[in-house]
Amino acid sequence: MTDLIDESTDAQPDEGGRPIGRRIVLGMVGLGVLGVVFGKHLQDAENAVLRPVEEHDPTGLSSLVPAGDSFRFYSITGSEPHRTPDDYRLTVDGMVDRPITLTLADLASMPQTALVKDFQCVTGWRVPGVHWAGVALPDLLDHVGVQKGAAAVQFTSFDGEYTESLSLDQARRRDVLVATQMLGGPVSRAHGGPVRLYVAPMYGYKSAKWLSGIKVTSAVIPGFWEDNGYDIDAWVGKSNGRSDAPTS
Amino acid sequence: MHPPAELLRFTRGEHWVHRTTALLMGICLATAAILYVGALATAVGNRAIIEWIHVIAGLSLPAPTLIGLLSKAFRGDVRRLNRFSASDWKWLRSSTRRGGTLPIGKFNAGQKLNANFQLGAILVMMLTGSVMRFANHWPIEWRTGATFVHDWIAYAILAVVLGHVYMANRDPEAMRGMRTGYVPLTWAEREHGEWAAREVPNTMPDGETPAPARSHGPR
Repeated sequence: MTDLIDESTDAQPDEGGRPIGRRIVLGMVGLGVLGVVFGKHLQDAENAVLRPVEEHDPTGLSSLVPAGDSFRFYSITGSEPHRTPDDYRLTVDGMVDRPITLTLADLASMPQTALVKDFQCVTGWRVPGVHWAGVALPDLLDHVGVQKGAAAVQFTSFDGEYTESLSLDQARRRDVLVATQMLGGPVSRAHGGPVRLYVAPMYGYKSAKWLSGIKVTSAVIPGFWEDNGYDIDAWVGKSNGRSDAPTS
Repeated sequence: MHPPAELLRFTRGEHWVHRTTALLMGICLATAAILYVGALATAVGNRAIIEWIHVIAGLSLPAPTLIGLLSKAFRGDVRRLNRFSASDWKWLRSSTRRGGTLPIGKFNAGQKLNANFQLGAILVMMLTGSVMRFANHWPIEWRTGATFVHDWIAYAILAVVLGHVYMANRDPEAMRGMRTGYVPLTWAEREHGEWAAREVPNTMPDGETPAPARSHGPR
């Protein structure tokens, strides 16, 4: 351990020898600092090796290896919210001509849009090339008819707490999905299923999980994380002080 | 007068430092598993609270050691753990290291490596954890690097902690030393001969009994 005290006092025979302990501690701290500054390159190299392994790993064990490119679970509420495909409902209302409540089957009967895009979290991890499918939000908005004077869309979650929002211009992008499929299957409960939002060009907190409500409003209402200091316009690489490569 | 049956190995203060550090480390490892392993994360939820507990426990980890420095006995052990003698190097290379043939002090080289690794690891985890937690103050590459180091050192800590607990369970007398403070003299002579000889300079019958030893049997 570090030598915090005068070695000359109370010397004992087994205190001879060189201060290897101090060198171990200082050496580890030095390597730790180097790892912080240059670790990104090591991480990138490790990811290049691990990605093919993770994609072909039925056990899921490789996801325990500390690589950067895998999903991490976040929920702001106590446990994982739950709706079965049968009791799931999506309410679309607010400043629309035809408010509607949709079942999973209703969503499946609408025109489907598929994307292959990265998922980038504002905390740094990124999952490349995720397969997404569902109803493009502009198609859904056209279906219900947006009224004059509307300027934004608010999203709510059946976790009872989470909210998000987009400006109407953002919500009309073709790469914003009401996603029912993800990673080649139905959206799992942990990933926000049965239905979640996917906002391709923005950080992950925009892609509200467990989506249960879409409300067209006259102004942007900041969402949960935006009330906690995150940027409202969450463009990947151009917000929250980050410089990630764009996802779209 | 008979030689003492037991030697004082750890004072109550040292016992407290070990217990508190172990508790905080256990909290860090448990909350880390909840934050890190997907299945546990979905089962437990409450991510903000778990993260808060993890950060508080992690930032508190050096506190017991720093408070322990108020104790003279603890300072003495810190000094012993820092120094590697010639017999420590021999001990590390020896295949018969536990035969009592090498004059080992109060701590053997494995215990010294464990203690120094843990102190270094705690400092690195506090450093990298702070970069992650207070990310806005640093270049974004640093955050990625800090996460990388934090993740891998976490696995190293888990391995070393499991090894430490395994070794303790293999040696009930050593474990009793940490739990009660006292170890049998026979164990001390076998495992830490130089230390035992210094604590009890004359183990012949009618020898003088030094202050830190006590002469009643095991409890």
